[in-house]
Amino acid sequence: MNATTSSRERILDRIRKATAGGNAAAYESIPRLYDRHGKMQLEQRIALMAERLVEYGAEVVECDPADLIATIAARLESSGRHVIAAPEGLPAEWLISGYSWRVDHGLSYAEIEGAEGVVTAASAAIADSGTIVLHHGPAEGRRVLSLLPDCHLCILRTSQIVETLPEYFDLFPTPPTLATYISGPSATADIEMTRIKGVHGPRHLNVILVRDTSSTSGKLVSMQAAGQAGTQ
Amino acid sequence: MSHVTLDPRQALPFPQAALHVLRDTQLRKNVAQATDIIQSKRAKLVAEKNDWQQLRTSAAAIRDHVLANLGSYLDQFEARCTAAGGTVHWAADADEARRIILDILREEQASEVIKIKTMTSSEIDLNPALEAAQIQPIETDLAELILQLGQEEPSHLVVPALHINRSQVREIFARAMNLPNLSDDPPELTAAARSYLRKKFLTVPVAICGANFMVAETGAVSIVESEGNGRMCLTLPKTLIALAGIEKLVPRFQDLEVMLQLLARSATGERMSPYTSLWAGVTPNDGPQRFHVVLLDNGRTDILAKKVERQTLRCIRCAACQNSCPVYRQTGGHAYGSVYGGPIGAILTPQLMHLEHAQTLPYASSLCGACYEVCPVKINIPEVLIELRAQVVDRERKTTARVLDPMYLAMRVANFAFAGPTRFRMGQRLLRMALWPLTSRDKWIHWMPSLGSRWTMTRDLRIPPKQSFRKWWESERRPVR
Repeated sequence: MNATTSSRERILDRIRKATAGGNAAAYESIPRLYDRHGKMQLEQRIALMAERLVEYGAEVVECDPADLIATIAARLESSGRHVIAAPEGLPAEWLISGYSWRVDHGLSYAEIEGAEGVVTAASAAIADSGTIVLHHGPAEGRRVLSLLPDCHLCILRTSQIVETLPEYFDLFPTPPTLATYISGPSATADIEMTRIKGVHGPRHLNVILVRDTSSTSGKLVSMQAAGQAGTQ
Repeated sequence: MSHVTLDPRQALPFPQAALHVLRDTQLRKNVAQATDIIQSKRAKLVAEKNDWQQLRTSAAAIRDHVLANLGSYLDQFEARCTAAGGTVHWAADADEARRIILDILREEQASEVIKIKTMTSSEIDLNPALEAAQIQPIETDLAELILQLGQEEPSHLVVPALHINRSQVREIFARAMNLPNLSDDPPELTAAARSYLRKKFLTVPVAICGANFMVAETGAVSIVESEGNGRMCLTLPKTLIALAGIEKLVPRFQDLEVMLQLLARSATGERMSPYTSLWAGVTPNDGPQRFHVVLLDNGRTDILAKKVERQTLRCIRCAACQNSCPVYRQTGGHAYGSVYGGPIGAILTPQLMHLEHAQTLPYASSLCGACYEVCPVKINIPEVLIELRAQVVDRERKTTARVLDPMYLAMRVANFAFAGPTRFRMGQRLLRMALWPLTSRDKWIHWMPSLGSRWTMTRDLRIPPKQSFRKWWESERRPVR
């Protein structure tokens, strides 16, 4: 520990000497002339998110909140999987009957590995890059939960979709302590640049886009209302 | 087994190493194909960003701001990471970094360690040190696994096995994994790697990773990857060690909105890489419960102290400069004799080695500027190359062996001749006289002796005109001022 402490001092001392005398510009003066805000209306934004996900090879379906349970059932049915993991905070009504649910009240890795699929919610989505954001809250689960099962069914509310990456950062002024940004299923191009889907992470990504027009996100709802009224 | 060495202290000078590679047509084909594909994907995605230049400007400014305030941001990162449950170590050089990591691994009684691709680990030659200590490193990135099992060396920052084609991968996997019936179909090869590594992910208790970004504001570390091997290593083991260069910081979480838009587009031609992970310290019940960060100097503070060269430290290791470089695209990475090849390697390696080794690398460029144009953090690589060339020359001409070197003699003569108009005129006359015997009937010079042969080897030289410009000007009766 002593050696490290003295290395710490030595490195910081060298840095101080190297950066002395320079008039360092303030953080606030860093130019930021890139696009912060998107120009799309809600419908375009949803369409772009779906398009990007499909480009990545994810399966995407849209549904109304009232049809969510039926849609989950249909997606699980078509996935052909029966042992499904779920985060502790996933709404109880999403755990539809007819499946063997493994709810994460402290599952072992082997139990998660033994699940064929996993259902989670999400924290946000970025349409521009087709990115699903998990902050690993109660309905999104521990990181390992959406990692080991081969099929990830993610339930995303349309009000959670922003157009640009900077808009996502505006949504969360308090930085998360954990975050995973998923832009398509696990992939590699390491052998002759041939893109191959599914290396270590889930090989199948299914997304249900829930049209929650009555969402709590007032801003997005009002934007949609404005869009319907034909104004910008 | 590869005969390539990426230790700049032992590697051949670039021109010799390159000559060797240029005869390997298979390798050249593989490199050309891979760089073409990435370049065209990148170009398409960059074209759709109307604010690409603004993002580059911001990224360069963010990185410059960090470098100018590096001490205070490192302090802040250390405090926040520690508060979040991490342990921060400081390593002045490669040797100390290896010792710190080995000490942690011994304390964990690890006999194996899983690894995410990290250039910094290659920079400090970590794997041989682990093996010497009876700890088996297991590379989990597909390309790194190919290299490790095939005992090959990386040739690219992002796709390090791009010089190896599918049938070569088949050979390596069939032998190392004992799968004699494996085909050379890339999906089948990938599936073989998946099942080979799955058990390791679930059982090996310690992982080593690098860092794409460290956030000073929160003490968080970010890893950008495609395969999911990164998420496995960041999530499943009990203990995680991140080895990162001290320069890899951004001030705030929000700065990632700039860096993440640039990195994947530049590196792999994707809008975002499939997986970007971010974590601060230790989270109860989620992921490794012991987390160490090793902050590595290893020559970086020397680069920081230099005015022109400092910009080298803005680098986010996207490899766009490699893909765009007409020299790299012919030679691939091995000719550079360093884990950092291509244009960024040509400036980074000599500086990390204090110019004592890798002196030919600043010349391994045509100075065309393609690297500067694609660089997401606007590193003016040609400018740094020229600065380093000047330093190589300054160093060389002081050595006694160079006093009688024909090139340095010629330069001294030129220096003398250019210093005054009379000398210059005399020089012109002498040169015409000296070249006269070499001139063919067609008024061209096809052969010159000694150093001159370097020109005539590939080009002809037109003889100097009978009348100099000054003479012509005078003959036009315009007074010379």
